[in-house]
Amino acid sequence: MPDWLKPGWLLGLFALIFIFLLAFTYEQTRERIAIQEQLRLEAQLKEILVAGSYDNEPATDVLEIEGDKRTVYRARLQGQPVAALFKTVAKDGYSGSINLLVGIKPNGELLGVRALAHRETPGLGDEIDLRRSDWVLDFAGRSLRNPMPDDWAVKKDGGVFDAFTGATITPRAVVGEVKKTLIYFQAHQHELFQ
Amino acid sequence: MSTPNVSDILYQGLWKNNPGLVQLLGLCPLLAVSNTFINALGMGMATTLVLTSSNFVVALSRPVLREEIRIAIFVLVIAGFVGVVELVMNAYFYELYLILGIFIPLIVTNCIIIGRAEAFASRQPLWAATLDGFVMGLGFTLVLLLLGSMREIVGSATLFADAHLLFGEWGQHMSISFGEDARGILLFALPPGAFIGLGLLVAIKNVIDEKLSKPKTVAVQISSPTTADASA
Ligand SMILES: Cc1cc2nc3c(=O)[nH]c(=O)nc-3n(C[C@H](O)[C@H](O)[C@H](O)COP(=O)(O)O)c2cc1C
Repeated sequence: MPDWLKPGWLLGLFALIFIFLLAFTYEQTRERIAIQEQLRLEAQLKEILVAGSYDNEPATDVLEIEGDKRTVYRARLQGQPVAALFKTVAKDGYSGSINLLVGIKPNGELLGVRALAHRETPGLGDEIDLRRSDWVLDFAGRSLRNPMPDDWAVKKDGGVFDAFTGATITPRAVVGEVKKTLIYFQAHQHELFQ
Repeated sequence: MSTPNVSDILYQGLWKNNPGLVQLLGLCPLLAVSNTFINALGMGMATTLVLTSSNFVVALSRPVLREEIRIAIFVLVIAGFVGVVELVMNAYFYELYLILGIFIPLIVTNCIIIGRAEAFASRQPLWAATLDGFVMGLGFTLVLLLLGSMREIVGSATLFADAHLLFGEWGQHMSISFGEDARGILLFALPPGAFIGLGLLVAIKNVIDEKLSKPKTVAVQISSPTTADASA
């Protein structure tokens, strides 16, 4: 082999070795990663759902809503709708997107809301996290009739929801997205459980 | 460069040439992930693993390494191992992965790793290179842990919070909280706290070095202590 070719061959050889190493690791971990993700999803859904109120596997009863970036998991009891759980994103948090899980009963009442992932400031915006405060629990039982749509806002904007001291942006984003999800549910309820 | 002995390698990695306090080559992960003890530990372990593996492979391939492609090979090796660590963490420490996830690929940008490959592993025997990788990783982890503890205690008024992410059930009992309503000083949980904390640690190390070198320099008052080996 000519001398000037050697470095190229060597580099190619290293690339090949590491491609195999990565491919092997990927094969070995793939199944477990998929299981972990599924388990986490199930745990999240269970946090909102009332145990025993459904008999299907909501985590696998999925409806992807095209173009709307929402995913819906459906809980049923003997085929009848029990709840629709929306994975949705509030895009206007203080530090980017806030991933939310919004559970809604067929009568339009909220079963519960959880912040799944966010990067809000610790001590200011992170009170939307159940580990920090029980602010999100206030949503349970609310609907577009309680309060009326015009009052679906933080107190500072003339609504009924508490904001945190010195941090209005985060709760405003969450309240806004939950309201949007409720409106969406109202408009599409019948298609959701097809 | 002559082959250093074991105690040399330990002294360099843990103290004299500590990657976190003296070389200051891994600032991005050091500052970003040192907000809690457990985050620091997770990042430290991942970095140590990559550093040890990459030093090992670089030293192993020393006979065939060529001047003109060595940097490309270092990058390939480091990126490969980071990929492996990321997958393994994703599979076996999933919760921790969710927190550290975005910072794991950044290990590639930790210049300590390529720095050790170039400055040490590509010139030394296999055992020395592997030990150096491990000790440098340990030195980095210790600084991460110190900074993480400081920031967690002052910034969040907790210590070992979320330990179960690393230690499973057993870790639930490790978390210490300093009072139900203790909130901590937010500044320390946020990025400025990382800079302030690291500055303090570097200063403390320099003071100790100065104290230690006093007896020797007592006769020559003007000689300054050897604190400025920070090589960029
Ligand atoms: C470093 C820093 C971090 C902040 N983080 C948040 C946050 O996570 N969420 C939030 O709503 N506001 C946060 N704020 C405050 C907002 O900038 C804004 O002042 C506040 O939300 C307005 O609330 P107010 O109308 O009650 O004064 C932060 C401010 C600073 C300086």
